[in-house]
Amino acid sequence: MSEWTRPRHLPEALEILAAAPGRYRVISGGTDLMVERHLAPERRPDAWLDISGLWELQGLQITEEGLRIGAATSLEAIRRHAEVAAHWPMLAASAAVTGAPPIQNRATLGGNLCNASPAADNAPVLLAYGARLEIVHHHGTRWLPYADFHQGYRKTALQAGELLGAVWIPYPPPRSRGYFRKVGTRAAQAIAKVSIAALIEAEREGMIQCARFGMASVAAVPCALPSVSQYLAGRAVRDIAEAPVRRGVRQDIAPVKDIRSTAAYRLEIASRLVLEAIDPRAARKKEDGV
Amino acid sequence: MPTTMRINGKVFQSHSAPTARLLDVLRNDCHLKGTKEGCGEGECGACAVLVNGKLVNSCLVPLGQMERAEITTVEGLPEDSALARAFVRCGATQCGICTPGMMLAATALLAEHAHPTLEEIRWGLSGNLCRCTGYGRIYAAIAQAAGGPADV
Ligand SMILES: Cc1cc2nc3c(=O)[nH]c(=O)nc-3n(C[C@H](O)[C@H](O)[C@H](O)COP(=O)(O)OP(=O)(O)OC[C@H]3O[C@@H](n4cnc5c(N)ncnc54)[C@H](O)[C@@H]3O)c2cc1C
Ligand code: FES
Ligand code: FES
Repeated sequence: MSEWTRPRHLPEALEILAAAPGRYRVISGGTDLMVERHLAPERRPDAWLDISGLWELQGLQITEEGLRIGAATSLEAIRRHAEVAAHWPMLAASAAVTGAPPIQNRATLGGNLCNASPAADNAPVLLAYGARLEIVHHHGTRWLPYADFHQGYRKTALQAGELLGAVWIPYPPPRSRGYFRKVGTRAAQAIAKVSIAALIEAEREGMIQCARFGMASVAAVPCALPSVSQYLAGRAVRDIAEAPVRRGVRQDIAPVKDIRSTAAYRLEIASRLVLEAIDPRAARKKEDGV
Repeated sequence: MPTTMRINGKVFQSHSAPTARLLDVLRNDCHLKGTKEGCGEGECGACAVLVNGKLVNSCLVPLGQMERAEITTVEGLPEDSALARAFVRCGATQCGICTPGMMLAATALLAEHAHPTLEEIRWGLSGNLCRCTGYGRIYAAIAQAAGGPADV
């Protein structure tokens, strides 16, 4: 029979993990792991560390620079939080489309990131907002830009004995606007075919100072769009041409063909979404003109 | 170590393994067969119950996380209620497999929105699949239970 450990305090959990690195499978809301266990019973671990009882990993706090979200906070709590809706509306939106209510009631933000699916719905938004991760170990805490967390298909920067402790999100700069869309097959449950978040900071009317993107389901890992961001920085909106944006998207993503769609479809939809994120009015005008 | 919970208001101790699914504990240890297994993967809501007032899919919940939890299954809902009557009146049940989960999703929804809009009803039930009714009758039943018109 497999062992189940449910510590009450974070230091206790970290000590257990450090004493036997690699022995425990960490479980939080269980919405990914319970499915995996069901589908692949041969991969059942023989020791589980349940982090759902650790109060240090729960809840949202507003700080001077922004927001701290404990890794084991449910997507439901995030979706409902008034400050999240007011200052980080893209996060409220991504939490609200991560599965249906019974999933959101259990699923945690940390689980969504650590499960490291290329389709993770909250990943693009955290990339666009420039989130940082608080990673905890028995020997101390380290900080990592979320953009450096995903290192390969389902491979994260977490080392043996480490837990994701919290996600820190800075306040978006003044005069910035967000854009978030999930293109799937059905509103709630469906796995995204492509999802995108963008945070676009305008220096003054018509000029982009800085644009940061996050996309999911367009590569082996959730990814930012560095070439597109570089092309846009300091450019006037009226000088932005479609071709270089499309070129940048092609450079930055590596779409795959799978049961949900072809690579060509993903590249096309990704390019259109990026263009719309940059200039929602232009995209709408074009649609009207068709 | 047994796990102690309150199920439908009564204290219950389960000696199953902490890795057991709450779904199996309810059906096999407690003989509460109203909670159904559909997909076993969190997609269908046939196994939905309330844990501490929140709608969850019991096929995804390990017993190890249920110490001191308050659990409500369909057997814990009142036998006669506006919701139950509305389900009957509107023909919201056909084969009945989805009905327990639907009733619990509706209960969670109505606890939060006493007079839900159609949009809120759709959202509240979006994790519950029904292969028989086409949903319209279920939405109508919930609207009617909330005192609204039955013709949504
Ligand atoms: C029906 C259904 C629909 C779904 N729909 C969506 C969807 O639309 N979009 C989407 O993105 N996802 C979806 N998911 C996937 C899942 O719900 C999310 O990824 C969820 O956020 C995972 O969180 P959890 O707490 O349940 O993770 P768990 O299953 O507990 O853990 C997932 C992984 O993360 C690790 N982990 C968890 N927390 C930590 C931590 N603090 N430190 C280190 N490692 C940790 C675990 O070891 C495990 O490897 C769906 C799942 C189901 C069953
Ligand atoms: S059996 Fe649990 S959601 Fe389908
Ligand atoms: S009544 Fe048959 S599945 Fe809903």
